[in-house]
Amino acid sequence: MSEPIIKINNLSKCYRIGTKEKGYKTFREAIIDGVCAPFRNFKQLQRLTRFNNNGDNARSNDIIWALKDISCEIDEGEVLGIIGKNGAGKSTLLKILSRITEPTGGIIEINGRISSLLEVGTGFHPELTGRENIFLNGAILGMRKQEIKEKFDEIINFAEIEKFLDTPVKRYSSGMYVRLAFAVAAHLEPEVLLVDEVLAVGDIAFQKKCLGKMKDVARGGRTVLFVSHNIGAIRSLCNNAIWLDNGRIIKKGTTNEVVRDYEECQLKHLDELSYIVERNPEDVKHKSFYFSRVEILKRKGKEDKNTTIFKYNDKIVLIADFTGELAGNRFSPEFHIYNELGQLVSIAVSGAYHDKYFNKKVKKVRVEIGPLFLTSGEYRITLKIMTDIGRADTWENAIGFSIIECRPFKRGHNSYTINEGVCVLQQSFSEIE
Amino acid sequence: MIIKPKKGWQLVDFKELIEYRDLFYFLVARDIKVRYKQTVLGGLWAIIQPFFSMIVFTLFFGRLAKMPSDGIPYPVFNFSAMVAWTYFANAVTNSGNSLIINTNLISKVYFPRLIAPLTPILAGLLDFSIAFIVLIGMMFYFHIYPTIMILYLPLLVILMMLTASGVGMLLAALNAKYRDIRYTIPFLVQLWLFASPIVYPASMLPEKYRLIYALNPMVGVIEGFRSALLGTIAFPKQILLISTLISVILFISGMFYFKQTERYFADII
Repeated sequence: MSEPIIKINNLSKCYRIGTKEKGYKTFREAIIDGVCAPFRNFKQLQRLTRFNNNGDNARSNDIIWALKDISCEIDEGEVLGIIGKNGAGKSTLLKILSRITEPTGGIIEINGRISSLLEVGTGFHPELTGRENIFLNGAILGMRKQEIKEKFDEIINFAEIEKFLDTPVKRYSSGMYVRLAFAVAAHLEPEVLLVDEVLAVGDIAFQKKCLGKMKDVARGGRTVLFVSHNIGAIRSLCNNAIWLDNGRIIKKGTTNEVVRDYEECQLKHLDELSYIVERNPEDVKHKSFYFSRVEILKRKGKEDKNTTIFKYNDKIVLIADFTGELAGNRFSPEFHIYNELGQLVSIAVSGAYHDKYFNKKVKKVRVEIGPLFLTSGEYRITLKIMTDIGRADTWENAIGFSIIECRPFKRGHNSYTINEGVCVLQQSFSEIE
Repeated sequence: MIIKPKKGWQLVDFKELIEYRDLFYFLVARDIKVRYKQTVLGGLWAIIQPFFSMIVFTLFFGRLAKMPSDGIPYPVFNFSAMVAWTYFANAVTNSGNSLIINTNLISKVYFPRLIAPLTPILAGLLDFSIAFIVLIGMMFYFHIYPTIMILYLPLLVILMMLTASGVGMLLAALNAKYRDIRYTIPFLVQLWLFASPIVYPASMLPEKYRLIYALNPMVGVIEGFRSALLGTIAFPKQILLISTLISVILFISGMFYFKQTERYFADII
């Protein structure tokens, strides 16, 4: 067997996070604190970059290990997907591999030229023209001037921006900007390519094109490390995968195995998310009438079952409790559903939509929403109370749920669940000619 | 290639710097191209900045305060210093802020970090050249001709760049961690202006303090400029020797401090 192209040995990285500052009780304390602040700030800033290895780290509570004793080998030509929750250490791993930041411990051996693509359009300057930015960005990504010249035409073709080559990029539409940025990056030819979640840009058509380009790169025999939340992309690109959690490798193996285990674990974890949420008393200190509790259930046949996991076409049931004295006579609760991107997907409003107002004596309300024609992903619900005299309460992101499966159609999407767009509408195709 | 935590003193990897020369080139080009984009006067600003300062100084120090100027018309006397000083002030300011301005680069790609503070040092040379041409024009106007010592001019320019980059690297590295530096730089530059022989000649100082005065490397640069171009005084060899020494020390310590701290830039910037 040949030498692995990347050899990672006991790699660790720790960061210092800010600890909570205590509030002032008296005026005197505030003054004294103000005087002492520079000294304290100085100490804190100094601590930012000081890590001693004599066990002091383990004890102090403001240290987090983004990576802890990671060891693995990556062979030449391997296309490795890296999956894991937010904060699992995926990006940190790429940052260390690309030498942006230094590990706290451990050693990595790399036999080849590495390029990293942690973000598209790094170093683009809005005032410079497309042409100038291609050269600048290419150089930033590690290409030589000669190399960029040779690929210049290819890059412009890929980005489809010939006409705007000499326009400052600040006048580009965001789509053009992203296309140009990705086009430069896509023409990198390193031996090892590190990619972090950059496919999540542009419109669907362009994402497909990028994915295609990535596939070419992968097939070209180059080693690729690919971080993404898009399990579909990982499946279609990578032959192997590692699953990181809390800075440790949970599993390494073929993509199918790792993704299967990862998704299973996700599901388990999701259902553990509380389907009953009590309001934090801090939130409602100054409110007279407010939500005190909310519960989420799935409508199944004739009964409701507590869960936060749904499929396409399921019906969702929310039960909200109210506390306090309503100032007006009647009220209307609202349920705002947001997706992961923070887009408002739909609202359920009793008053304005259904002309149904609840008497101020009502303490518990049930609402049934659905069927949910939503694509798979995470959703959050914000609750609001509207009264005759205005808004009485807003409970941001009170509760969440996830759509884990969106396969509305019999055929076609056997292999993956739809996560494109916000919802899936009914559709039918027929031949005319 | 091996990646591991670095310990102890770091040396500058010149081979790597050469490998990244294209990036260096494009960053300098970017700085130059962007500087006067979407301005009406464009490159004229390179002249206006030192020229107007010179006019103000001439009015207040030359006319009102009757500041001596080594027998040279005050406007040329002052402008010869302003040309070097404007370069120095801009280079130090931009270099000192270079890491914060390029935060997105630092945290998203790898390149030898030294390139960031060194870019403004080179990019500023264009403005310097433009202002220098104006200085030549002024000299003709006042019928002042350079001495043979003008041959030293390239060395003086290098000394000026060396000082600016030494201070720039030091400030940039400190700035990454302590943002106080960002607010300190304008002060520092202003104080330094009055600590240099710009509005007054070095000959105003008592003889015995002159060598101490030369600890400020810009004293050497500016007095050297005046001597070479205007022939005000004999070429200040002693002052220049001290200034050069200090400048080299500044450069080396700035570079070492930068190399020493660059490992954590991406984490805290």
